[in-house]
Amino acid sequence: MSLVSISGLHKHFGTNHVLKGIDLQVEQGDVIALIGRSGSGKSTLLRTINGLESIDEGELVVDGTALHHGEGDLRALRQKVGMVFQQFNLFPHLTAGQNVMLAPTVVKKLSKKETEDIAKEMLLKVGLSDKFHAFPDQLSGGQQQRVAIARALAMRPKVMLCDEITSALDPELVNEVLAVVQQLAAEGMTLIMVTHEMRFARDVGNKLIFMHHGRIHESGDPRIILADPQTPELANFTRAVM
Amino acid sequence: MFVQFTTWDIVRNLLEGGKWTLALSLIAFVLGGTAGLLVLFLRMARNRVAQALAKGYIELFQGTPLLMQLFIVFFGLPLAGIDVSPWLAAALGLTLFTSAYLAEIWRGCVESVPRGQWEASASLALGFTQQMRHVILPQALRVAIAPTVGFSVQVVKGTAVTSIIGFTELTKTGSMLANATFQPFLVFGLVAAGYFALCYPLSLYAKSLERKFHVAR
Ligand SMILES: Nc1ncnc2c1ncn2[C@@H]1O[C@H](COP(=O)(O)OP(=O)(O)O)[C@@H](O)[C@H]1O
Ligand SMILES: [Mg+2]
Repeated sequence: MSLVSISGLHKHFGTNHVLKGIDLQVEQGDVIALIGRSGSGKSTLLRTINGLESIDEGELVVDGTALHHGEGDLRALRQKVGMVFQQFNLFPHLTAGQNVMLAPTVVKKLSKKETEDIAKEMLLKVGLSDKFHAFPDQLSGGQQQRVAIARALAMRPKVMLCDEITSALDPELVNEVLAVVQQLAAEGMTLIMVTHEMRFARDVGNKLIFMHHGRIHESGDPRIILADPQTPELANFTRAVM
Repeated sequence: MFVQFTTWDIVRNLLEGGKWTLALSLIAFVLGGTAGLLVLFLRMARNRVAQALAKGYIELFQGTPLLMQLFIVFFGLPLAGIDVSPWLAAALGLTLFTSAYLAEIWRGCVESVPRGQWEASASLALGFTQQMRHVILPQALRVAIAPTVGFSVQVVKGTAVTSIIGFTELTKTGSMLANATFQPFLVFGLVAAGYFALCYPLSLYAKSLERKFHVAR
Protein backbone atom coordinates (compact mmCIF):
# COMPACT_ATOMS: atom_id res chain seq x y z
CA MET A 1 0.00 0.00 0.00
CA SER A 2 1.09 3.55 -0.69
CA LEU A 3 2.66 5.59 2.10
CA VAL A 4 0.17 8.39 1.57
CA SER A 5 -3.15 7.60 0.00
CA ILE A 6 -5.72 10.29 -0.72
CA SER A 7 -9.04 9.58 -2.35
CA GLY A 8 -12.01 11.73 -3.21
CA LEU A 9 -10.82 14.58 -1.01
CA HIS A 10 -13.01 17.69 -0.95
CA LYS A 11 -12.47 20.88 1.00
CA HIS A 12 -14.61 24.01 1.20
CA PHE A 13 -13.93 27.35 2.83
CA GLY A 14 -17.50 28.56 3.23
CA THR A 15 -18.91 28.59 -0.28
CA ASN A 16 -15.45 28.43 -1.83
CA HIS A 17 -14.91 24.87 -3.11
CA VAL A 18 -11.12 24.75 -2.83
CA LEU A 19 -10.28 21.06 -3.33
CA LYS A 20 -12.59 19.31 -5.76
CA GLY A 21 -11.90 15.63 -5.43
CA ILE A 22 -8.20 14.93 -5.05
CA ASP A 23 -6.89 11.40 -5.65
CA LEU A 24 -3.22 10.92 -4.95
CA GLN A 25 -0.93 8.02 -4.10
CA VAL A 26 2.52 8.77 -2.69
CA GLU A 27 5.02 5.93 -2.50
CA GLN A 28 7.86 5.56 -0.02
CA GLY A 29 10.78 7.67 -1.29
CA ASP A 30 8.73 9.75 -3.71
CA VAL A 31 9.77 13.36 -4.14
CA ILE A 32 6.72 15.19 -5.36
CA ALA A 33 6.69 18.77 -6.55
CA LEU A 34 3.33 20.54 -6.38
CA ILE A 35 3.03 23.45 -8.73
CA GLY A 36 0.21 25.69 -9.86
CA ARG A 37 -1.11 29.22 -9.78
CA SER A 38 -1.61 31.07 -6.56
CA GLY A 39 -5.01 30.10 -5.18
CA SER A 40 -5.15 26.74 -6.95
CA GLY A 41 -5.25 24.88 -3.62
CA LYS A 42 -1.64 23.70 -3.18
CA SER A 43 -1.24 24.89 0.40
CA THR A 44 -4.66 23.67 1.37
CA LEU A 45 -3.86 20.20 0.01
CA LEU A 46 -0.59 20.07 1.99
CA ARG A 47 -2.29 21.32 5.11
CA THR A 48 -4.99 18.67 4.95
CA ILE A 49 -2.30 15.98 4.86
CA ASN A 50 -1.30 16.74 8.44
CA GLY A 51 -4.69 17.85 9.63
CA LEU A 52 -4.10 21.61 9.80
CA GLU A 53 -7.17 21.90 7.60
CA SER A 54 -10.14 19.65 8.16
CA ILE A 55 -11.44 17.46 5.36
CA ASP A 56 -15.09 17.79 4.29
CA GLU A 57 -15.24 14.61 2.29
CA GLY A 58 -12.93 11.81 1.28
CA GLU A 59 -10.24 9.70 2.86
CA LEU A 60 -6.64 10.26 3.82
CA VAL A 61 -4.33 7.47 4.97
CA VAL A 62 -0.72 8.02 5.99
CA ASP A 63 1.21 4.87 6.80
CA GLY A 64 -1.90 3.16 8.11
CA THR A 65 -3.26 6.11 10.10
CA ALA A 66 -6.53 7.19 8.52
CA LEU A 67 -8.85 10.16 8.52
CA HIS A 68 -12.32 9.39 7.13
CA HIS A 69 -14.20 12.58 6.30
CA GLY A 70 -11.98 14.40 8.77
CA GLU A 71 -12.52 11.97 11.67
CA GLY A 72 -9.55 10.17 13.16
CA ASP A 73 -6.51 10.44 15.37
CA LEU A 74 -4.96 13.75 14.33
CA ARG A 75 -2.00 13.60 16.67
CA ALA A 76 -1.05 10.10 15.55
CA LEU A 77 -1.21 11.34 11.98
CA ARG A 78 0.93 14.36 12.71
CA GLN A 79 3.66 12.25 14.26
CA LYS A 80 4.10 10.69 10.84
CA VAL A 81 3.96 13.90 8.86
CA GLY A 82 6.54 16.67 9.24
CA MET A 83 5.82 20.13 7.95
CA VAL A 84 8.03 23.08 7.04
CA PHE A 85 6.40 26.46 6.47
CA GLN A 86 7.19 29.42 4.27
CA GLN A 87 7.59 31.68 7.32
CA PHE A 88 9.82 29.21 9.28
CA ASN A 89 7.62 29.58 12.40
CA LEU A 90 10.45 28.80 14.79
CA PHE A 91 9.61 29.27 18.46
CA PRO A 92 11.33 32.60 19.18
CA HIS A 93 11.68 32.05 22.93
CA LEU A 94 13.64 28.82 22.47
CA THR A 95 17.15 28.23 21.13
CA ALA A 96 17.70 26.28 17.92
CA GLY A 97 18.48 23.19 19.98
CA GLN A 98 15.39 23.63 22.17
CA ASN A 99 13.23 24.14 19.09
CA VAL A 100 14.35 20.75 17.82
CA MET A 101 14.07 19.06 21.23
CA LEU A 102 10.59 20.29 22.14
CA ALA A 103 8.38 17.79 20.30
CA PRO A 104 10.49 14.69 21.07
CA THR A 105 10.43 15.79 24.72
CA VAL A 106 6.76 16.60 25.22
CA VAL A 107 5.12 14.40 22.59
CA LYS A 108 7.36 11.33 22.62
CA LYS A 109 8.40 11.87 26.25
CA LEU A 110 12.02 10.95 25.52
CA SER A 111 14.71 11.70 28.10
CA LYS A 112 16.77 14.87 28.02
CA LYS A 113 19.82 12.91 26.90
CA GLU A 114 17.94 11.26 24.05
CA THR A 115 16.37 14.48 22.80
CA GLU A 116 19.69 16.30 23.01
CA ASP A 117 21.30 13.60 20.90
CA ILE A 118 18.48 13.86 18.38
CA ALA A 119 18.80 17.64 18.25
CA LYS A 120 22.57 17.44 17.71
CA GLU A 121 22.12 14.82 15.00
CA MET A 122 19.46 16.86 13.17
CA LEU A 123 21.28 20.18 13.44
CA LEU A 124 24.39 18.46 12.10
CA LYS A 125 22.35 17.12 9.20
CA VAL A 126 21.27 20.64 8.22
CA GLY A 127 24.80 22.00 8.76
CA LEU A 128 24.10 24.00 11.90
CA SER A 129 25.71 22.04 14.72
CA ASP A 130 27.43 25.23 15.91
CA LYS A 131 24.07 27.01 16.34
CA PHE A 132 22.61 24.79 19.05
CA HIS A 133 22.47 27.64 21.55
CA ALA A 134 21.52 30.43 19.15
CA PHE A 135 18.07 32.01 19.31
CA PRO A 136 16.09 32.31 16.06
CA ASP A 137 16.55 36.09 15.88
CA GLN A 138 20.31 35.55 15.86
CA LEU A 139 20.08 33.43 12.70
CA SER A 140 19.72 34.32 9.04
CA GLY A 141 16.53 33.35 7.23
CA GLY A 142 18.26 30.42 5.56
CA GLN A 143 19.59 29.20 8.89
CA GLN A 144 16.17 29.57 10.52
CA GLN A 145 14.58 27.53 7.77
CA ARG A 146 17.21 24.82 8.19
CA VAL A 147 16.49 24.71 11.93
CA ALA A 148 12.80 24.35 11.04
CA ILE A 149 13.69 21.36 8.84
CA ALA A 150 15.76 19.85 11.66
CA ARG A 151 12.83 20.40 14.04
CA ALA A 152 10.45 18.52 11.75
CA LEU A 153 12.99 15.71 11.18
CA ALA A 154 13.42 15.22 14.92
CA MET A 155 10.03 13.50 15.08
CA ARG A 156 11.31 11.03 12.48
CA PRO A 157 8.35 11.57 10.17
CA LYS A 158 7.48 9.22 7.33
CA VAL A 159 6.82 12.09 4.99
CA MET A 160 7.81 15.75 4.94
CA LEU A 161 5.61 18.53 3.61
CA CYS A 162 7.29 21.73 2.45
CA ASP A 163 5.16 24.74 1.55
CA GLU A 164 7.18 27.24 -0.49
CA ILE A 165 9.98 27.00 2.01
CA THR A 166 12.32 29.26 0.05
CA SER A 167 9.80 31.94 -0.92
CA ALA A 168 10.47 34.16 2.08
CA LEU A 169 14.25 33.98 1.68
CA ASP A 170 16.65 36.43 0.12
CA PRO A 171 17.83 34.95 -3.20
CA GLU A 172 21.36 34.25 -1.94
CA LEU A 173 19.97 32.09 0.89
CA VAL A 174 17.73 29.89 -1.27
CA ASN A 175 20.39 27.40 -2.29
CA GLU A 176 21.53 26.43 1.20
CA VAL A 177 17.96 25.38 2.00
CA LEU A 178 17.42 23.60 -1.31
CA ALA A 179 20.70 21.74 -0.76
CA VAL A 180 19.34 20.35 2.52
CA VAL A 181 16.12 19.26 0.83
CA GLN A 182 18.07 17.64 -2.00
CA GLN A 183 20.17 15.74 0.53
CA LEU A 184 17.00 14.52 2.29
CA ALA A 185 15.65 13.34 -1.04
CA ALA A 186 18.90 11.52 -1.74
CA GLU A 187 18.64 9.78 1.65
CA GLY A 188 15.24 8.44 0.64
CA MET A 189 12.94 10.78 2.58
CA THR A 190 9.46 11.00 1.13
CA LEU A 191 8.80 14.63 0.26
CA ILE A 192 5.83 16.62 -0.97
CA MET A 193 6.82 20.16 -1.74
CA VAL A 194 5.03 23.18 -3.07
CA THR A 195 7.64 25.11 -4.99
CA HIS A 196 8.21 27.77 -7.58
CA GLU A 197 11.73 26.53 -8.19
CA MET A 198 10.99 24.74 -11.46
CA ARG A 199 14.58 23.64 -12.05
CA PHE A 200 14.65 22.12 -8.59
CA ALA A 201 11.33 20.40 -9.19
CA ARG A 202 12.65 18.91 -12.39
CA ASP A 203 16.07 17.90 -11.10
CA VAL A 204 15.12 16.55 -7.67
CA GLY A 205 11.50 15.50 -8.03
CA ASN A 206 10.44 12.15 -9.44
CA LYS A 207 6.85 13.26 -9.84
CA LEU A 208 5.27 16.57 -10.69
CA ILE A 209 1.71 17.57 -9.91
CA PHE A 210 0.14 20.58 -11.56
CA MET A 211 -2.88 21.86 -9.68
CA HIS A 212 -5.51 24.00 -11.32
CA HIS A 213 -8.76 25.24 -9.75
CA GLY A 214 -8.66 22.70 -6.93
CA ARG A 215 -7.96 19.67 -9.09
CA ILE A 216 -4.89 17.73 -10.09
CA HIS A 217 -4.87 18.91 -13.67
CA GLU A 218 -1.81 17.10 -14.94
CA SER A 219 0.82 14.93 -13.33
CA GLY A 220 3.74 12.74 -14.23
CA ASP A 221 7.50 12.64 -14.57
CA PRO A 222 8.67 16.26 -14.30
CA ARG A 223 11.26 15.91 -17.06
CA ILE A 224 8.60 14.70 -19.44
CA ILE A 225 5.58 16.83 -18.63
CA LEU A 226 7.51 20.07 -18.22
CA ALA A 227 9.10 19.58 -21.62
CA ASP A 228 5.86 18.51 -23.23
CA PRO A 229 2.75 19.68 -21.34
CA GLN A 230 -0.43 17.85 -22.34
CA THR A 231 -2.82 20.61 -21.27
CA PRO A 232 -2.85 24.25 -22.38
CA GLU A 233 -3.09 25.31 -18.70
CA LEU A 234 0.22 23.68 -17.79
CA ALA A 235 1.77 24.99 -20.98
CA ASN A 236 0.69 28.52 -20.05
CA PHE A 237 1.93 28.08 -16.53
CA THR A 238 5.36 26.80 -17.49
CA ARG A 239 5.74 29.55 -20.05
CA ALA A 240 4.96 32.13 -17.37
CA VAL A 241 7.34 30.80 -14.73
CA MET A 242 10.26 29.24 -16.57
CA MET B 1 -18.57 57.39 75.96
CA PHE B 2 -16.34 59.95 74.36
CA VAL B 3 -12.88 58.93 73.23
CA GLN B 4 -10.27 61.45 72.21
CA PHE B 5 -8.38 60.33 69.06
CA THR B 6 -4.91 61.64 68.41
CA THR B 7 -3.73 61.77 64.80
CA TRP B 8 -1.46 58.86 65.63
CA ASP B 9 -4.50 56.85 66.80
CA ILE B 10 -6.15 57.54 63.47
CA VAL B 11 -3.08 56.52 61.50
CA ARG B 12 -2.59 53.39 63.59
CA ASN B 13 -6.17 52.29 62.99
CA LEU B 14 -5.94 53.08 59.32
CA LEU B 15 -2.76 51.03 59.03
CA GLU B 16 -4.64 48.13 60.59
CA GLY B 17 -7.41 48.54 58.01
CA GLY B 18 -4.82 48.96 55.25
CA LYS B 19 -3.37 45.58 56.16
CA TRP B 20 -6.72 44.00 55.29
CA THR B 21 -6.90 45.93 52.04
CA LEU B 22 -3.48 44.59 51.16
CA ALA B 23 -4.38 41.05 52.22
CA LEU B 24 -7.62 41.11 50.25
CA SER B 25 -5.85 42.50 47.17
CA LEU B 26 -3.20 39.80 47.31
CA ILE B 27 -5.72 37.01 47.77
CA ALA B 28 -7.96 38.29 44.99
CA PHE B 29 -4.98 38.67 42.71
CA VAL B 30 -3.41 35.28 43.37
CA LEU B 31 -6.63 33.26 43.43
CA GLY B 32 -8.16 35.40 40.67
CA GLY B 33 -5.04 34.86 38.57
CA THR B 34 -5.21 31.11 39.04
CA ALA B 35 -8.92 30.97 38.25
CA GLY B 36 -8.32 33.39 35.38
CA LEU B 37 -5.81 30.99 33.85
CA LEU B 38 -8.43 28.25 34.02
CA VAL B 39 -11.03 30.49 32.36
CA LEU B 40 -8.45 31.43 29.73
CA PHE B 41 -7.86 27.75 28.89
CA LEU B 42 -11.60 27.20 28.54
CA ARG B 43 -11.94 30.36 26.46
CA MET B 44 -9.19 29.24 24.06
CA ALA B 45 -10.23 25.58 23.96
CA ARG B 46 -11.44 24.00 20.76
CA ASN B 47 -14.53 22.74 22.57
CA ARG B 48 -17.43 25.07 21.69
CA VAL B 49 -19.29 24.52 24.97
CA ALA B 50 -16.20 25.37 27.03
CA GLN B 51 -15.65 28.47 24.90
CA ALA B 52 -19.23 29.64 25.36
CA LEU B 53 -19.16 29.05 29.11
CA ALA B 54 -15.95 31.01 29.54
CA LYS B 55 -17.20 33.80 27.30
CA GLY B 56 -20.44 34.04 29.27
CA TYR B 57 -18.52 34.07 32.55
CA ILE B 58 -16.26 36.89 31.38
CA GLU B 59 -19.15 38.94 30.00
CA LEU B 60 -21.22 38.46 33.15
CA PHE B 61 -18.50 39.87 35.40
CA GLN B 62 -17.47 42.61 32.99
CA GLY B 63 -21.07 43.64 32.39
CA THR B 64 -22.19 44.09 36.00
CA PRO B 65 -20.90 46.42 38.75
CA LEU B 66 -18.52 44.87 41.26
CA LEU B 67 -20.85 45.99 44.03
CA MET B 68 -23.71 43.87 42.64
CA GLN B 69 -21.38 40.89 42.38
CA LEU B 70 -20.49 41.30 46.04
CA PHE B 71 -24.15 41.69 47.01
CA ILE B 72 -25.05 38.53 45.18
CA VAL B 73 -22.29 36.55 46.87
CA PHE B 74 -22.99 38.07 50.29
CA PHE B 75 -26.80 37.90 50.23
CA GLY B 76 -27.26 35.10 47.69
CA LEU B 77 -25.13 32.36 49.23
CA PRO B 78 -27.02 32.52 52.58
CA LEU B 79 -30.25 31.95 50.61
CA ALA B 80 -28.68 28.74 49.36
CA GLY B 81 -27.98 27.82 52.97
CA ILE B 82 -24.29 28.79 52.89
CA ASP B 83 -23.34 31.37 55.48
CA VAL B 84 -20.59 33.74 54.45
CA SER B 85 -18.76 36.30 56.55
CA PRO B 86 -18.08 39.71 54.96
CA TRP B 87 -14.42 38.65 54.71
CA LEU B 88 -15.22 35.47 52.79
CA ALA B 89 -17.76 37.23 50.59
CA ALA B 90 -15.26 39.98 49.82
CA ALA B 91 -12.48 37.53 48.97
CA LEU B 92 -14.76 35.35 46.85
CA GLY B 93 -16.41 38.27 45.05
CA LEU B 94 -13.12 39.99 44.21
CA THR B 95 -11.53 36.72 43.14
CA LEU B 96 -14.33 36.06 40.65
CA PHE B 97 -14.16 39.65 39.39
CA THR B 98 -10.37 39.48 39.00
CA SER B 99 -10.43 36.10 37.26
CA ALA B 100 -12.84 37.36 34.60
CA TYR B 101 -10.83 40.48 33.84
CA LEU B 102 -7.46 38.74 33.85
CA ALA B 103 -8.80 35.98 31.59
CA GLU B 104 -9.89 38.61 29.09
CA ILE B 105 -6.62 40.58 29.31
CA TRP B 106 -4.63 37.39 28.84
CA ARG B 107 -6.80 36.25 25.95
CA GLY B 108 -5.73 39.38 24.11
CA CYS B 109 -2.10 38.52 24.82
CA VAL B 110 -2.55 34.92 23.66
CA GLU B 111 -4.18 36.14 20.47
CA SER B 112 -1.22 38.43 19.81
CA VAL B 113 0.93 35.31 19.33
CA PRO B 114 1.10 34.68 15.56
CA ARG B 115 -1.05 31.90 14.10
CA GLY B 116 2.08 30.27 12.67
CA GLN B 117 3.15 29.37 16.21
CA TRP B 118 -0.05 27.38 16.71
CA GLU B 119 0.33 25.71 13.34
CA ALA B 120 3.99 24.82 13.77
CA SER B 121 3.38 23.32 17.20
CA ALA B 122 0.27 21.49 15.99
CA SER B 123 2.22 20.05 13.06
CA LEU B 124 4.70 18.66 15.59
CA ALA B 125 1.81 16.73 17.19
CA LEU B 126 1.64 18.79 20.38
CA GLY B 127 -1.77 18.73 22.07
CA PHE B 128 -3.64 21.88 23.07
CA THR B 129 -2.34 22.00 26.63
CA GLN B 130 1.22 21.31 25.46
CA GLN B 131 0.95 24.06 22.86
CA MET B 132 -0.26 26.52 25.46
CA ARG B 133 2.32 25.57 28.06
CA HIS B 134 5.43 25.30 25.91
CA VAL B 135 4.81 27.59 22.94
CA ILE B 136 1.99 30.09 23.36
CA LEU B 137 1.99 31.14 27.02
CA PRO B 138 5.74 31.81 27.25
CA GLN B 139 5.36 34.26 24.38
CA ALA B 140 2.08 35.72 25.63
CA LEU B 141 3.61 36.22 29.08
CA ARG B 142 6.02 38.86 27.81
CA VAL B 143 3.12 40.89 26.47
CA ALA B 144 0.94 40.19 29.49
CA ILE B 145 3.14 41.41 32.31
CA ALA B 146 2.57 45.14 31.90
CA PRO B 147 -1.27 45.07 31.56
CA THR B 148 -1.49 42.50 34.37
CA VAL B 149 0.45 44.70 36.79
CA GLY B 150 -1.65 47.61 35.54
CA PHE B 151 -4.84 45.71 36.35
CA SER B 152 -3.61 44.97 39.86
CA VAL B 153 -4.21 48.69 40.53
CA GLN B 154 -7.89 48.14 39.70
CA VAL B 155 -8.00 45.24 42.14
CA VAL B 156 -6.57 47.34 44.97
CA LYS B 157 -9.08 50.10 44.30
CA GLY B 158 -11.85 47.51 43.91
CA THR B 159 -11.33 46.34 47.48
CA ALA B 160 -12.83 49.65 48.68
CA VAL B 161 -16.26 48.48 47.50
CA THR B 162 -16.18 45.61 49.99
CA SER B 163 -16.60 48.18 52.79
CA ILE B 164 -20.27 48.32 51.79
CA ILE B 165 -20.89 44.72 52.82
CA GLY B 166 -19.18 45.52 56.11
CA PHE B 167 -15.68 44.21 55.55
CA THR B 168 -13.32 46.28 57.69
CA GLU B 169 -10.60 47.23 55.27
CA LEU B 170 -9.11 50.68 54.72
CA THR B 171 -12.25 52.49 53.53
CA LYS B 172 -14.53 50.97 56.16
CA THR B 173 -12.00 51.78 58.88
CA GLY B 174 -11.93 55.32 57.52
CA SER B 175 -15.73 55.68 57.67
CA MET B 176 -15.82 54.48 61.25
CA LEU B 177 -13.00 56.82 62.26
CA ALA B 178 -14.63 59.74 60.46
CA ASN B 179 -17.81 59.15 62.43
CA ALA B 180 -15.97 58.85 65.70
CA THR B 181 -13.58 61.76 65.28
CA PHE B 182 -15.75 64.24 63.34
CA GLN B 183 -12.68 64.84 61.19
CA PRO B 184 -13.79 63.33 57.88
CA PHE B 185 -11.51 65.47 55.76
CA LEU B 186 -8.38 64.45 57.66
CA VAL B 187 -9.41 60.80 57.85
CA PHE B 188 -10.42 60.39 54.21
CA GLY B 189 -7.38 62.37 53.14
CA LEU B 190 -5.25 59.80 54.93
CA VAL B 191 -7.32 56.95 53.43
CA ALA B 192 -6.74 58.33 49.95
CA ALA B 193 -3.03 58.66 50.71
CA GLY B 194 -3.04 55.01 51.75
CA TYR B 195 -4.54 53.86 48.45
CA PHE B 196 -2.15 56.08 46.58
CA ALA B 197 0.81 54.58 48.42
CA LEU B 198 -0.34 51.12 47.33
CA CYS B 199 -1.32 51.94 43.76
CA TYR B 200 1.22 54.48 42.58
CA PRO B 201 4.26 52.18 42.75
CA LEU B 202 2.25 49.55 40.85
CA SER B 203 1.33 52.03 38.11
CA LEU B 204 4.93 53.19 37.84
CA TYR B 205 6.09 49.60 37.65
CA ALA B 206 3.52 48.78 34.97
CA LYS B 207 4.63 51.78 32.92
CA SER B 208 8.29 50.89 33.19
CA LEU B 209 7.51 47.30 32.15
CA GLU B 210 5.57 48.61 29.18
CA ARG B 211 8.50 50.77 28.10
CA LYS B 212 10.91 47.89 28.56
CA PHE B 213 8.71 45.68 26.44
CA HIS B 214 8.43 48.22 23.65
CA VAL B 215 12.19 48.68 23.59
CA ALA B 216 12.74 44.92 23.57
CA ARG B 217 10.53 44.48 20.54
N1 LIG C 1 -8.09 29.77 5.96
C1 LIG C 1 -8.76 30.07 4.83
N2 LIG C 1 -10.01 30.61 4.90
C2 LIG C 1 -10.69 30.89 3.78
N3 LIG C 1 -10.24 30.69 2.54
C3 LIG C 1 -9.00 30.17 2.40
C4 LIG C 1 -8.21 29.83 3.54
N4 LIG C 1 -7.03 29.33 3.10
C5 LIG C 1 -7.09 29.36 1.76
N5 LIG C 1 -8.27 29.84 1.32
C6 LIG C 1 -8.70 29.97 -0.08
O1 LIG C 1 -8.52 28.72 -0.69
C7 LIG C 1 -8.06 28.86 -2.00
C8 LIG C 1 -6.78 28.07 -2.17
O2 LIG C 1 -5.77 28.64 -1.37
P1 LIG C 1 -4.35 27.97 -1.19
O3 LIG C 1 -4.51 26.54 -0.88
O4 LIG C 1 -3.61 28.81 -0.20
O5 LIG C 1 -3.72 28.16 -2.63
P2 LIG C 1 -2.22 28.11 -3.10
O6 LIG C 1 -1.38 27.61 -1.98
O7 LIG C 1 -2.23 27.22 -4.30
O8 LIG C 1 -1.87 29.51 -3.48
C9 LIG C 1 -7.89 30.35 -2.23
O9 LIG C 1 -9.04 30.80 -2.90
C10 LIG C 1 -7.83 30.92 -0.85
O10 LIG C 1 -8.35 32.23 -0.83
MG1 LIG D 1 0.19 28.56 -0.91
